[in-house]
Amino acid sequence: MEDRKGIEDRKGRIREFLGRFFRNREIEDQEDIFSLGFVNSLLAMQLVQFLEKEFGIAVEDDDLDIDNFRTITALDALVARKSGVHAGA
Amino acid sequence: MPAPEPAAVAAPAAAAPGMIVELSPGERRARDGFRTFAAERLAPHAQDWDREQAVPREVVAELAGRGWLGAPLAADLGGGGMDPVVYGLLTEEIGRACSSTRSLLTVHDMAALALARWGSAEAREEYLAVLGRGEEIGAVALSEPGVGSHAAAITTAARRDGDDWVIDGCKRWITFGQIADLFLVFAAAEEGPTAFLVPADAAGLSRQPIRGVVGTRAALLAELTFEGCRVPDRYRVGRAGTGVSHVAATALDHGRYSIAWGSLAIAQACLDASLEHTERRVSFGRPLREHQLVQQMLTRMIVDTRAARLLCCRAGHLRRSGDPAAAGETLVAKYFASRAAMAAALDAVQLHGASGLVDEAPVARYMRDAKVMEVIEGTTQILEWLIPRFPATEL
Repeated sequence: MEDRKGIEDRKGRIREFLGRFFRNREIEDQEDIFSLGFVNSLLAMQLVQFLEKEFGIAVEDDDLDIDNFRTITALDALVARKSGVHAGA
Repeated sequence: MPAPEPAAVAAPAAAAPGMIVELSPGERRARDGFRTFAAERLAPHAQDWDREQAVPREVVAELAGRGWLGAPLAADLGGGGMDPVVYGLLTEEIGRACSSTRSLLTVHDMAALALARWGSAEAREEYLAVLGRGEEIGAVALSEPGVGSHAAAITTAARRDGDDWVIDGCKRWITFGQIADLFLVFAAAEEGPTAFLVPADAAGLSRQPIRGVVGTRAALLAELTFEGCRVPDRYRVGRAGTGVSHVAATALDHGRYSIAWGSLAIAQACLDASLEHTERRVSFGRPLREHQLVQQMLTRMIVDTRAARLLCCRAGHLRRSGDPAAAGETLVAKYFASRAAMAAALDAVQLHGASGLVDEAPVARYMRDAKVMEVIEGTTQILEWLIPRFPATEL
């Protein structure tokens, strides 16, 4: 199982990226980003590009389940899965 | 002919000493080649094509033969693997001569890139290489008679029927729709907007030419009618429901980049024409260019064109490095360059006086073409809604 430091580092990088779009607020791990009213197709596309470039993964068609992108925890789990590591809770 | 505006360009990879705002020698050579072709093969005929409302098939074939259709598609997918900044230079040189011809590159490459990113393995195998070589022409069918900016509200419907999808509805304003071989069509499925490849010869698909458009008049626009048009599931592009959020987003991101450079092209063409005209034309005993209010208009045109070029190159630089900020910067480039093109064109016509207000005047064509750039691939107003939603990046 991946250690906590690795998970927190990954979540931190995802949180930092999302933070550029949601100024003046810290997004919680389980917070639904789609409910924040700021998500549009370009953010969705940029998020995919960010994950691919930052973590060296390939987001495929089957990954485009909205639940994979809904929270920082879900994004982290997607990255972990695509990277072949077993993420903790 | 006035010297071209200096271009901002990405620094070379690895240890760059700092920001470099010049084209590399290789980029200049590429641009010069594009410029020679456009000056010889496109510029002398663009006015005729505009009047006849058609870019000739031979020109399409020439572009394909030079590898300029499908140029940005990765080489290992059958495309030209062209660098984004070089692609921008190609787009500009083609667009400076003929905006209608440039729009073929725009839509063909939008379709190819969306397919490359989101298409099924079978569809990619079947179509990417032919699109990459320009052997078949791709086009994008998103807009409808009642739907433009609000893409998610499309009414063309797609329903599952066994292993197929059946599409019914209508698409309008489809650039190069009169001659395209393959359409990237967006339809409303049960799961939400969904994208499909539809061959032009599919049963249940018919097309009607649209004539009399004011700008990019030679771009062979068409209206498409789908009546029980059946396509196999392997032609679905992206997961059902992701047609707008991901597939259209990918296509439009490229489209905006192309339109940004295409708008710069119009601005540059207006500037070139205006500098030449104001040098030659005499009024009140001296060349127009010596009159202060004329100088004011030229200054706006020069500065706006230069700024548009820098923004286009910055977007290209970010796209080259795969930076996720590229999409936002592309919006900025498109927004500014399209407005700069419109302003330049209005001033160019003004400077030409009555001679700029006839059908045969190139500046009149630039003005009509410039207006299109503020409407397509995201209207100016949509971009004013989108741009503040993107993180502002510093150089």
